[in-house]
Formats: sequence, structure tokens, C-alpha cells
Amino acid sequence: MSIFLNADSKIIVQGITGSEGTKHATKMLAAGSTIVGGVNARKAGQKVTIGGKDLTVFGTVEEAIKDTGADVSVIFVPPRFAKDAVIEAIDAEIPLAVVITEGIPVHDSAYFWAHAVATGNKTRIIGPNCPGVISPGKSNAGIIPANITGPGKIGLVSKSGTLTYQMMYELRDIGFSTAVGIGGDPIIGTTHIDALEAFQADPDTEVIVMIGEIGGDAEERAAAYIQANVTKPVVGYVAGFTAPEGKTMGHAGAIVSGSAGTAQAKKQALEAAGVKVGKTPSETAALAREAFQA
Amino acid sequence: MDLYEFQARNLFAAHGVPVLPGAVASSPEEALAAAEQIGGQVVVKAQVKTGGRGKAGGVKLAKDPAEAREKAEAILGLDIKGHVTHRVLVTEASDIAEEYYFSFLLDRTNRTFLAMASAEGGMEIEQLAVERPDALARIAVDPIAGVDKPKAIEILTAGKFPEVILEQAADAVVKLWETFVAEDATLVEVNPLVRDPQDHIVALDGKVTLDENASFRHPQHEELVDKDAEDPLEAKAKAKNLNYVKLDGEVGIIGNGAGLVMSTLDVVAYAGEKHGGVKPANFLDIGGGASAEVMAAGLDVILNDPAVKSVFVNVFGGITACDAVANGIVEALKILGDEASKPLVVRLDGNNVEEGRRILDEANHPLVTQVDTMDNAADKAAELAAAGA
Repeated sequence: MSIFLNADSKIIVQGITGSEGTKHATKMLAAGSTIVGGVNARKAGQKVTIGGKDLTVFGTVEEAIKDTGADVSVIFVPPRFAKDAVIEAIDAEIPLAVVITEGIPVHDSAYFWAHAVATGNKTRIIGPNCPGVISPGKSNAGIIPANITGPGKIGLVSKSGTLTYQMMYELRDIGFSTAVGIGGDPIIGTTHIDALEAFQADPDTEVIVMIGEIGGDAEERAAAYIQANVTKPVVGYVAGFTAPEGKTMGHAGAIVSGSAGTAQAKKQALEAAGVKVGKTPSETAALAREAFQA
Repeated sequence: MDLYEFQARNLFAAHGVPVLPGAVASSPEEALAAAEQIGGQVVVKAQVKTGGRGKAGGVKLAKDPAEAREKAEAILGLDIKGHVTHRVLVTEASDIAEEYYFSFLLDRTNRTFLAMASAEGGMEIEQLAVERPDALARIAVDPIAGVDKPKAIEILTAGKFPEVILEQAADAVVKLWETFVAEDATLVEVNPLVRDPQDHIVALDGKVTLDENASFRHPQHEELVDKDAEDPLEAKAKAKNLNYVKLDGEVGIIGNGAGLVMSTLDVVAYAGEKHGGVKPANFLDIGGGASAEVMAAGLDVILNDPAVKSVFVNVFGGITACDAVANGIVEALKILGDEASKPLVVRLDGNNVEEGRRILDEANHPLVTQVDTMDNAADKAAELAAAGA
């Protein structure tokens, strides 16, 4: 088992003909993902050859689903067209849309999220501005490097891409059921809580590692959720202890404003919920190892 | 991007939100001219991106243009909580019958927008929220439905705005919503929103934050950037499309990916505790694809920071392999030549790490030290910074 993505997942790529879409579709195929097509309205009906495989470019997500039975869309569409691309995926009721695109205006994310809610949340949205989701050895939907580690018993959820990779690397000998990068934007679809809920229910996940960063209160709410609902051991890490107030650190959502959103507050909330929190990635990895022995 | 009050006022005016007649001035003479144009009593207000202007002497009433000139002279150059005043806003002096609070903002927790309204304006909103939470209405706004007049009246009624002003205030709120959406703002705040003795509504002071991700559809927002107030190193980095934030320490930091760089800052600060309290000098994320050019541009910015005593390059090879990063570092040092004068501690891990380390070993650059783990590399960089300080 794994969460959100498994060996049977059939993936389409929105923006497959763009440079990022082509590059990462190639890597996903090499990682063993099943990619069944792409979407680009202006190139509908064409074929693209990616990693030696001929893929059909469909005009719409709906057509792609009808023809291929796709159940995952990975979106690499540039920021100015991303809102329409996500809405198209939602309207086609694809079960999972992974929005890799970085730099989407927050009004656009708020709009497509409201649209998803208004239409009954039929599509799980991961991202935007995220590295995607990987269930090692089964499937990879996004840009997480598949060669860091293999399948195992750790479930990982993180706001940050490179910290996801770093943590997978630190714990590469144990391996992962699924690693989900939920993205660092102020408005994201899938949250820490959604991933925690899924990992708690997943029989293949024994230990959960949760990586947060400054800004917002998602980690605090995740802490409350863990206390009430998660029985598996959870190990946490929060980046940005030394970040000054009022400075955005790379991610649009990573900003400490006033007394809210500090790494210290998040660490305390997590520890109060029984989560062991590491001060550094290496210390966090050590805590995760201990959790297996406990 | 946070705007100055006068910039917020201009945006409000452009979208039909009622504001007082006024003009921005960067010299006493300009303030005089503005006051003559307005006529009568005026208020001279320091333009700084911080609160507490009034208490700091940054807001003054002037009875005539000559006095406006004097007040402007006193306020220009004033340091308010570390913000030096370079401009004043001169506006008509308004009579105030009542002060209210109003804002639209992003509600991250609920993944939507929020309107906040209170008939008790004037004080800092954080204070109002703590001291009189019942007086502050918080109403969710659906990004699709938006705010029309009935919705505006719903919000204002919840905020206990008086009946006499409801219609007019609702018109202003609809216009504020238009401003919020049309300008891609993440905050539009009016504090105070004022009723004058003639029962007219006026936005007396405003705060606006714009979403920089939306700048592709607002080329005119470029003019709102305050180039004078930008840190010169930050401006240089921005011109090179680097994601850089200047901090006040001694260890220059370069890494790939926002989360990893934030984490690097922490690890360096912890290591610094053992080495005379040295701290990170900056945040610099060179992104996933760390080419030689980007690495050179990043090193160029950091090595030009006189506060930097050592540099920590922390890269996890994910999408980009470590050999490409190592070649980038070697090339960057060639491009920079003698400009590169501070010790570099490099930690590479991940994809193709052996090849990356071999390339750096072979180049054998006198300034470069390789360390295998993030923790040990941070310690080495802090040690070198302390030695160089």
C-alpha cells in the first residue's frame, strides 16, 4: 500500500509539450510511472515521443480520461494558465491533480480551491508549488528524484521540495511508503492533516515524518490533529528558526508576521502533541530511526 | 510587496474608494506646493512602512501652507523604528465624527478570503482583536462570488456599523473589494475608515500588500517598488533573478531549494553558537537547476557583502546532479577570479555525489573545503567565519 499514488495509477501530464513537462515526464517514465498521455488544447491529436514511448496529446483532460482511464494529472502549465488548467482537471473530476507550477498568483489558487470545494471536492489537489508525490517502486507523479531511495515503511509529508529529498536521503536505508510534497504557497490543496490521516490508515506506513516551515498555522493544526487521531509515531522538523520577522524566505508562504508562524511556536505545538521534533534534518532522521526501535 | 500609504491611497482613488485630496512630497517645498493646492488646514504624514507614526512625531497638523512646509521639514529625515522618512503625504485635514476599521485579507487557514470590520476603529487591529474580539467581525468571502452590495452590508452589519452610514460604507467596501481583486492584493486595510460630520465616508489611512506572483499581469506595479529603500545587495540579486534576503551575520549561505536553505540558516546559527556567535549573512536559494552561471551570480552577490567572512555552499543533488553543481562551482570561481577571496565550505550530497566531490578535489581550489555532512560543513563554515571576523 501507499497513499494517493500506487502501481496502478494512470498519469496524464498537463503541459507535456513544454520543456518542464517533457523533461519530468521522461523522468517519471524512467521511474516506472504509467503515463498514458498529455494535454495541450493547441496540440490536440498530436503524438509526442517521450522516453521512447509514443504518447497522445489530448485537447482536454476530459478527453484524456475518457480515452485512457487516467486518474492522476500532473500539471506543469505556466503560472498565467495554471488556474484554467486546474479548473479543467477539477471539472473532469480526475481523482488526483498534482500542481507542480511555481509562482501562481494566490488569487488564482484561492479561486480554483473555491471551485473544487463548490463542486464537491471530487479532485484531490496537491500543491501548487510542490514537488509532487512518490510511492517508491510503484509510481512517481512530479519532480521528486526517484533514485534517492526505495520502498519502505516511512511516510513523509513536507512543505519543502529539497528538504523532502534531504530527508529521503538521510533515511534511504529504511525507505518510504510514500513521500508527499504539499508545497510552500499560502493556499494549498492537500494539507499536512490530509497526509497524516492517509498515513495513519495506510498499513505499509509505520513511522510518519512531517516537515514544516515558518508561516501560517498548518503545523499547529496538524499537531492538534495528531494528538486526537494519529497513533503511529510521528517525527517532526520545522525549518526557519532563525528567520527574521517580515522577510519572505523563498516560499510565498514562508513569512513570520507578528508573533504568528514562528518555528518555535510550531515546535512547541508539535511537542505538546507527543511529536518528537528534531533541531536539524540529521537529528530528525535519528529520531525517526529511534521511532522504529521503540 | 507592502505599499506606502500614499501608494495605497492612489490605488484606492483609482478604484473609486473615497479618499481625501492630497499629494506626496519629498521636500519641504513640494509639501508647501501641495498644501497650497489643497488649501486650508492640512495634515503632513510621514511615509514609512511601519506603525506608530503618530507617537513618533511623524503626523502633524498644519494650519496653512507655510506651516505645512515647516512640519514637512521636521518630519523628512525622521527615523521611525529604523525607517527613515523620505516622503510625506500632505492631505486635507478632515473632521472626524467616527472611526471604523475595515480590511480584506487572505485567510490561509480556511483557504479563502476574509473581511474584517469593526465600528471601533483607530486602534491597532491586533490590539482590538485581543481586547475586544466581539467588536471585530470576521466574515469569509468566497473568491468566486466576491463582494457585492448585499454582501458588503452583511459584513458591515456584523461589524456593527451605524445605520446612518451603512449604504455609503457598503459602496466603499465594494470598491475596496474591486481594488483587492483587480490589483491582486493579499491585504487591503483601511484604518481608520472615517465618517465626517457631514456623514461622508473617507478612507483616511490604508495598507496594501500586493502579490508578487501576480506581477506578470500588473506591469504597472513595477513602479511601486521603492528602489531607494532596497538593500543594494538585494537589488543586485533581484536583477539577476536570485532569491536573496540580506541578514545580519557573517556566514554567506548558498543552497538549492527554499526549505533546505532555511534549514541551512538554522544549522549555521546553531553551529555559530560554538564559534563566537557568528550567524548566517543571507538567505540565497539558487533553485533546482544550479548552472555555473547561476552559481557565479550567487557567489558574486555574496562575496560582495563586506560582512561575509566565509561562505557555505549547501547543495542536495536532486534534479540537478552533484557533478553539474561541482562544475558550476569550479566555473564560477574561474569567472570571479580574484573577486573570490573568502573561504568556501562546500557540502554536496545526493545524485552523483561521488563524481561531484571528485571534480572539486581535482580542481583543488585553495579557497574550497569539502565537508561530507550538512552539520559538519556548517560547523566548519562558522569556524572559518569566526577566524576571519
